[in-house]
Amino acid sequence: MVKVMKTKNNNGWGVFWAILGMLYFFVPLYGTFDFSLRAKKGVLSFLAYQDVLSSPQFLEHFRYSGIMGIITVVVSVLIFLPTVYWMYLRLPQARPVVEIISILPFIIPAIVYVFGLISTFGRPPLFLTLTPFRTDILITVGYVILSMPYMYRAIDVGMRSMDVRTLTEAAQSLGSNGFQVLFNVILPNMRIAVLSGALICFATVIGELVLGEFLVRPALGPYMVDVGRDQAYQPAAMAIIAWGLTWVCLGLIQIFGRGGTSQELVGR
Amino acid sequence: MAETLLEIKSPKVVDRSHSFDSLRNWVGVLPFFLFILIFLILPSADLFVGAFQDKNGYFTFANVIILLTDPSVIQAYEISLKISVITSIAGGLFGFFVAYAITMGHAPRWMRNILMSFSGLAANFGGVPLAFAFIATLGHTGFISVFLKQICFSNPSGAQTCPFDIYQAGFNLYSLTGLTLAYLYFQFPLMVLTIAPALEGLKREWREASENLGGASWQYWWHVALPILWPSILGSSILLFASAFGAYATAEALTGGFINLVTILIGDEIRGDVLSNPNEGYALALGMIVVMAVCVTVYTILQRQTGRWLKS
Repeated sequence: MVKVMKTKNNNGWGVFWAILGMLYFFVPLYGTFDFSLRAKKGVLSFLAYQDVLSSPQFLEHFRYSGIMGIITVVVSVLIFLPTVYWMYLRLPQARPVVEIISILPFIIPAIVYVFGLISTFGRPPLFLTLTPFRTDILITVGYVILSMPYMYRAIDVGMRSMDVRTLTEAAQSLGSNGFQVLFNVILPNMRIAVLSGALICFATVIGELVLGEFLVRPALGPYMVDVGRDQAYQPAAMAIIAWGLTWVCLGLIQIFGRGGTSQELVGR
Repeated sequence: MAETLLEIKSPKVVDRSHSFDSLRNWVGVLPFFLFILIFLILPSADLFVGAFQDKNGYFTFANVIILLTDPSVIQAYEISLKISVITSIAGGLFGFFVAYAITMGHAPRWMRNILMSFSGLAANFGGVPLAFAFIATLGHTGFISVFLKQICFSNPSGAQTCPFDIYQAGFNLYSLTGLTLAYLYFQFPLMVLTIAPALEGLKREWREASENLGGASWQYWWHVALPILWPSILGSSILLFASAFGAYATAEALTGGFINLVTILIGDEIRGDVLSNPNEGYALALGMIVVMAVCVTVYTILQRQTGRWLKS
């Protein structure tokens, strides 16, 4: 009897907090959506979305951030995948050190980091902020560093779930060299982990404000701030679009993560 | 037979190649460490050195002294610390209760699923779009503001009173209060994500043991669960604190840089708006890194303590 009462009691508080939590999630989401539909007076319409999506400036900034996102993903994978692979194969004692390094970008605020980047590389001998192309190199590096915690973690988790040593030995005994092992054996087994890292990495770059603003490149973040200064309904529409993009990225991770991880990733 | 032979042989072989191998092994991670050294450590070290230099590159404590004496700088640190502490405590408490609801609170399964995936979403959803969402919801013409404003009653004398007009009541989104509300949107999901595993690690046996010994619910929480959980709770709160302390984009987009946070001040500094001496900016940045370093040290210590109990 006591037991039954207690469970019931728990249930009540649990439901109460769960509902409160959901309200905090959904009310701003719904409010923003509702607001974004009111660009035309008196009727609900998708006018704000049309304005945003048909603006050449938006498309240009979106394209820039999208391309930067893809470049960042490629560079990140090229740096972190061989490193983590090597670490699992030969240098397990380095893992604690690399793990701490990988979360450093969480500790150093982005604004502090970009300040350091500008003051270090904006002066002789490199002058990396002088031309757009050089600045793009610098901004890519910055994006790679800022998204490192996510990318590293994703690759680390993927690598942990398979037997790196056995796979490598099997491939080598069949005559593969180092690159073939990495790109024909390890990478295909890691595609889900790499993909989920890539999606978070991409979402981070798309939503990033600080690097684009202070390195003065046409990224999406600074453009959104500008629009937010003098428009009312477009920002709400852009918030919903950004929301949708993040949602799609995280949803894709969940879908890919569910499909056949356990069978395919275990290499024994 | 073969196995014993191998066993006898192998230690010798391994030993001989060991020192050479271990050196060669580090070569494989060299590109990564070089990348980190050049693009992460070097810029941070540059700020550190710059904080102790004057305009001409000579060593000085002047910048750090400004950091500790300039009223506007001290005020910026105060506001930044204040909003970080408030949102980490409020977000931490709220997040703890929500995590409790979805782990032990027996909330319906569909609610748990929604809350868990939304926590993942909202913890990643910050920056400019978050500011826009709150402007559209709680701004002057925002969804909730307008909705509440429309609830009006007629006085007997004929005049209308609208008791829920939040802006009439002194609320302002473009202020510290508004910023706090916006920060909470990513703070409490972060708490849910980090504390839920710890709550799941609480063993049912502990509760049963407590109940069998006649312990009430509050006694279980006070004498059993909280002593085990507190390092996790504190650790997660520190994580929340750090995420609020370093935030820039939301504040910039919501208030247009009018709230004097440290991150906003550093931003002005980079643009060259405020101070002519960039070395003061370095000192500001150094101050942030110091605060963050303290956070991480405490966090690591606490993590070690948690590990002891919650490892199955």
